[in-house]
Amino acid sequence: MSHDWISAELGAFLDAEFSPDLSLVEWRRRLVSAGWAAPAWPAAYFGRDFSQAEALVVSQIFAERRIVGAAQVGPRRLAAETILAHGTPEQKQRYLPKILTGEHAWCQLFSEPGSGSDLAGASTRADRKTDHWLINGQKVWNTSAHHADFGILVARSNWDLPKHQGLSYFLIDMRQPGVEVRPLKQMNGHASFNEVFLTDARVPLDDLVGDEGQGWAVATTTLSIERQGFARGRSQGAPAAASAGRVYEELARELEIDNEPYTWYPQREGRPDLILQRAQETGAIENDAVRQEIAKLFCLTEAARISAGQVSAHQKSGGQGMLPAGSIGKLGASVIARKAAHVHTMISGASAMLSGPHSAVDGIIAETLISVPAISIAGGTDEIQRNIIAERVLGMPKEQRMDTGPFRDIPRNGH
Amino acid sequence: MQAVLSDDQVQFKQVVHRFFDTHSSTTAVRQLAETETGFDPLVWSQLSETLGLPGTHLSEQYGGHGFGPVELGIILEEMGRTLYCGPFFSSAVMAGYALELFADEAAKIQRLPQIADGSIRATLILDDLNQPSQVGRLIEANQVGALTGSAPIVLDGCSADVFIIVAREDSGLGLYALAANAQGVEVLAQESIDMTRKVARVSLHQSAGTRIGTVTQKALNRFWDLVSVALAHEMIGGAARLLDETVEYTKGRYQFGRPIGSFQALKHRCADLLMSLEFAKAATHHAGFCLAASDQETVYPSMAKAMAADCFMDMARAAIQLRGGIGFTWENDTHLWFKRAKCDEVLLGAPHRHRARMIDILQETQHVA
Repeated sequence: MSHDWISAELGAFLDAEFSPDLSLVEWRRRLVSAGWAAPAWPAAYFGRDFSQAEALVVSQIFAERRIVGAAQVGPRRLAAETILAHGTPEQKQRYLPKILTGEHAWCQLFSEPGSGSDLAGASTRADRKTDHWLINGQKVWNTSAHHADFGILVARSNWDLPKHQGLSYFLIDMRQPGVEVRPLKQMNGHASFNEVFLTDARVPLDDLVGDEGQGWAVATTTLSIERQGFARGRSQGAPAAASAGRVYEELARELEIDNEPYTWYPQREGRPDLILQRAQETGAIENDAVRQEIAKLFCLTEAARISAGQVSAHQKSGGQGMLPAGSIGKLGASVIARKAAHVHTMISGASAMLSGPHSAVDGIIAETLISVPAISIAGGTDEIQRNIIAERVLGMPKEQRMDTGPFRDIPRNGH
Repeated sequence: MQAVLSDDQVQFKQVVHRFFDTHSSTTAVRQLAETETGFDPLVWSQLSETLGLPGTHLSEQYGGHGFGPVELGIILEEMGRTLYCGPFFSSAVMAGYALELFADEAAKIQRLPQIADGSIRATLILDDLNQPSQVGRLIEANQVGALTGSAPIVLDGCSADVFIIVAREDSGLGLYALAANAQGVEVLAQESIDMTRKVARVSLHQSAGTRIGTVTQKALNRFWDLVSVALAHEMIGGAARLLDETVEYTKGRYQFGRPIGSFQALKHRCADLLMSLEFAKAATHHAGFCLAASDQETVYPSMAKAMAADCFMDMARAAIQLRGGIGFTWENDTHLWFKRAKCDEVLLGAPHRHRARMIDILQETQHVA
């Protein structure tokens, strides 16, 4: 499809259908039925079979014309792409439209108190009854679970198989008595995540995704989408949010709720962007030791930026060969964040003790100092990244496994 | 600006790679390390005549091939990988760039073609190899061009045919040429930690040099950037080789009934080293692309030198540590790279000096903007 064709076709649709006075849901329903909400999806399921490049043209036109698109932010995208890849036709028909319209919010129920880095060690039970699955256990680190309508859930349906083979993947209704969501307050005072307690919660038999025992394979799809999201960075809200009209007002409210868990995310990256300005304002730039540390930080941030650019240029030119981009980039982000916090501390001196809106940069520096520990944990710890780099890039031998054989016999927390 | 090597550059790299694999084995390196001049004239004439390497980065009108810092970097990366022993860096890079940047037209026409074709081996005498602002303290030129003073570290000083000298004049710095066998020249071989790169002390007593150019501070800074980035390429080449061989060693060495590379303590250290190498490579290649694209002063050359030096040294320390006792023996090859890493770290400015310069440039460019 040529750019001009897309532009003409979409332009005609927008001229005919879009009005800022529509409700957000009504507008998105029109988008969904015309296939413009997710043009890269199959035509059979609300899309237009567009390539990624063609879909990019669509989103550029949306941005230029300040048109509100499908709901994007948060874990709903993970659910949508996973259902699209592994779901039954009925599941796709039932769940995908309301994800695109934003009528349903979703959350991810993977991590558990007893299985963090070792995600496949999940011990939440899924017991098959005559007409439903009965779910019991506890999940943790569930972003947006407190206003989610549905969750994507990994639970153990067979305890006699090896651990990766006994997992199944479910779509669970969060609005039921067996599901209790409690916010989890973090060391920086925010509560971006929740704990979810599942006590005799029910999942209809139809809401199993993939076959019983295929849960790990399905979860791998979700995780790879999540990692792509890490690499791309989060949506900062459509430019359309500033415009006037009902659809924009409702979008602004949606984004406020969706983005709330992420307000402190720039701070967990160490805010190296504020370093030079802070060093000049405080006069710390005159100190030779500080200058050295600023230069070291600058080396890291620039090298990470250049390296990422070289990788993408290599790929664009059709280059082959394994480039250790993902895990190295993530490990680099941790190193940069720690270094930046260290330099901020040097620059601030004793005033680094102060926090709150009256402290440096409206409290941003203080929030940075107490948020950076998160970056080397979330989305796979530094230690796991190092294992991945060592084993998959450098080809170093795997450690001997202690978790083979039936899952019920594997030593685990509290057993 | 370029972000990755072109197809032609990749092909060139393969040719250079094969050449040094063949002609700079560790056996050859060890033999040459024991000699006084430290290079094999046969290999030198092959790399000069067959491949034309010394003229790679020099201008075509002066007998060079007219390529730039990127192609030169490719050569040096391969030289660092194989620890090539010979006067390439001193003659083609240091003296070559000095003539290109500082010499008068007539001197370039006369001298650069011989450096480009390798028939003359020159070396550059700077009396301080720490930073450009300190050059010109020890060697003085009088009004008739007689040179007096001493440079404590001259690369390949014992084997050079010609010295290109930066000397202090009444006002500013001048560029001089002097035959190695001229009157009043005393060359004393110095012991270096790195036996694969020979150094000498050169003392001049009223030696009659030929004045061939003027050295401005701006040109000296540009020179420093070019040679620093060339050296950074040598360092990442050496570091990459060390990582490859160290990782291979951990796969084959068994203790406690398993390959030591299966222990997380070693895996994590290697993963960190790979990240440091990837970052140093990115910085070094980017610096080469920047130098090729413009003569605007940027932070990237100093950033490359600082990062490559820290990376090479970290890698060398780890390469010995991960081998345990055997890594500390003379018989094991690792120390050859360790010693090159140590000398490259301080040659042309230790990392802290380059970092200091980065901040100076950052502040200056901020004020301009």
